[in-house]
Amino acid sequence: MFQRLFSLIRKEFIQIVRDPRTLAITFVLPVVMLFLLGFAATNDVRNIALVVYDQDHSPSSRRLIDAYRAADYFQLAYVVSSEEEMRTLIDNNSARAGLVIPPDYGDQVNGWKPATVAFVLDGSDPTVASTALAAATLIGQALSTELSVDRLERRGMSSTLQQAIDVRTQVWYNPGLLSALYMIPAMIGMILQYQSTMLTATSIVRERERGTIEQLIVTPLRSWELIIGKLTPYVIIAFINTLEILAIGFLVFNVTVAGSLPLLLLLTGLFLVTTLGIGLLISTIASTQQEAMLTTMFTLLPSIFLSGFFFPLAAMPTWLQVISYFIPLRYYLIISRGIVIKGVGVPELWPEILALTIFAVLVMSGAIARFHKRLD
Amino acid sequence: MANEVLIRADGLRKTFGATHAVDDVSLEVAAGEIYGLVGPDGAGKTTLLRLLVGALLPSAGDVWLGQYHAVRQAELAREQIGYLAQRFALYEDLTVLENLQFFAEVRGLPSREWKPRSREILEFVGLAQFGDRRAGQLSGGMKQKLGLALALVNRPHILLLDEPTTGVDPVTRQDFWRLIIPLLNDGEMAVLVSTPYMDEAVRCTRVGFMRNGRIIREAPPAVLRDQLAGQIIEVAGHPQPLLVSVSEADPDVENVQRFGLRLHLRVAPGTADAVVKRLACCHSCGRRQP
Repeated sequence: MFQRLFSLIRKEFIQIVRDPRTLAITFVLPVVMLFLLGFAATNDVRNIALVVYDQDHSPSSRRLIDAYRAADYFQLAYVVSSEEEMRTLIDNNSARAGLVIPPDYGDQVNGWKPATVAFVLDGSDPTVASTALAAATLIGQALSTELSVDRLERRGMSSTLQQAIDVRTQVWYNPGLLSALYMIPAMIGMILQYQSTMLTATSIVRERERGTIEQLIVTPLRSWELIIGKLTPYVIIAFINTLEILAIGFLVFNVTVAGSLPLLLLLTGLFLVTTLGIGLLISTIASTQQEAMLTTMFTLLPSIFLSGFFFPLAAMPTWLQVISYFIPLRYYLIISRGIVIKGVGVPELWPEILALTIFAVLVMSGAIARFHKRLD
Repeated sequence: MANEVLIRADGLRKTFGATHAVDDVSLEVAAGEIYGLVGPDGAGKTTLLRLLVGALLPSAGDVWLGQYHAVRQAELAREQIGYLAQRFALYEDLTVLENLQFFAEVRGLPSREWKPRSREILEFVGLAQFGDRRAGQLSGGMKQKLGLALALVNRPHILLLDEPTTGVDPVTRQDFWRLIIPLLNDGEMAVLVSTPYMDEAVRCTRVGFMRNGRIIREAPPAVLRDQLAGQIIEVAGHPQPLLVSVSEADPDVENVQRFGLRLHLRVAPGTADAVVKRLACCHSCGRRQP
């Protein structure tokens, strides 16, 4: 009786191996996406091109410019002598930020008066702009404190000077604040969501499209054998991909799993039940492979945007946050990031594990109920 | 002595929305018999075969294959059947032998048996030297023979073939029938074959004419031939498609077949003259229209 199942699984593997397109989607696509997201989709902003319009040309203004140049957030790209030039450079994207120092800056600073400088920002890219804004403000404040201390020292009050509050920041789990560490565990979730769903759906729909399903139906294969036989190859592929992503994460991006790898794999399997179930459901709806792929895309997009993959859920309006509770990927991302980055386990993750279990049972039993070994 | 009935349908119905694709069909095919299901396209032959193999769920009625009910004991019933669907449906990316292995094992032939059995069956259909060729690279006739080989690989007692000779060249058609006839020699197999060709019906033990989802007449071919005397008329006209549609719409015309420029119409007993008169009228009217 396992012969039927085994024969079906072997047939699926032969077909996967002989189809270059499926093979590429299966093993190359995850690597490409991993490199793209690991390197390109980084939120770590460095070297923002800065244009300086210094109307003062005093030692004080040079000190201010040096302070900006010293931080690696900014790169002093242009020095201009008119506001038009600065506008042109920002307009054509040569520079992202501009520093305008008024003619009386040095006099103001030395005359113990509050000096004003203007900092112009190109806000088209909010990520770059918010980083630049925070950095610019911080650099300005630091210099301002420095100047105040200088002034007080010159009055002989240095020994009495102390900061009122000293905030010591300490970043846990991802001290370098690296995007790759955050993205790689999430990549596993996205690849599974996309690939397992699509491959399952298309492999069943392909049988329908080519008419082979009719021959399969009239064999003594049981419904459950057909389902398990169709899903097993994609379960194996999903685990190979998970390990592939983790291996590249380690070798290329230096990302290690802080927590338990077996637990990560186990819970990946739990998530897989849901994604395979979605694929099975899609296969009962779609009649062509193209339809199956489009439907998969349709389920993929909300999953990516509402799971916290790119955008933090906490920043979303409440109604979107409510919807996100119905996105299984949301729970898997918390789990995979939790295990890989924080090294936490079941005691911390049980609510998400419970949610994923509920999804797995609901989706899979719904799919099985809809999946008939018949033509109508 | 009466042979065991291996295919039995009882009051079978299948409706798709408002259309009755199969309408109250009952039939029996015994071991040693070839039952020919003859009828024009759209008569419901494919739907009837799909009901018999359990690929479609009947709206009413029952099917027994051997001693098993086709719906309630679907898997047991299917273990004894070989089925060749109308649309060629093999795994084109698998080789001939891989296809045979898959269908043999899935239908319960033990792993050690499939290989000698596959050789034997490939020899039988004349594909012995093509075992390692991908099924997608076979010619149309060869694919059809492989289809038959797949249907026969697990030595079924019940063979259902849905228009196996449609779209196949005349030589291959002859070959195909030459393969089917000897299967009945030992008297253990029941074969049901559907075909739009009247001339193939004479090779069957019994023939059922199907039209609009019903079996309108059923008899051995010799009896039918006698009954049909004076009921087949040959007509020709232009444009032919119009003549076909007018003939098919005529209430007394039971079957329309094309033979080159001529049409063969089978009409209800005693209506031949009336049909010809009506056709002549309709056709000339139709011709006057722009």
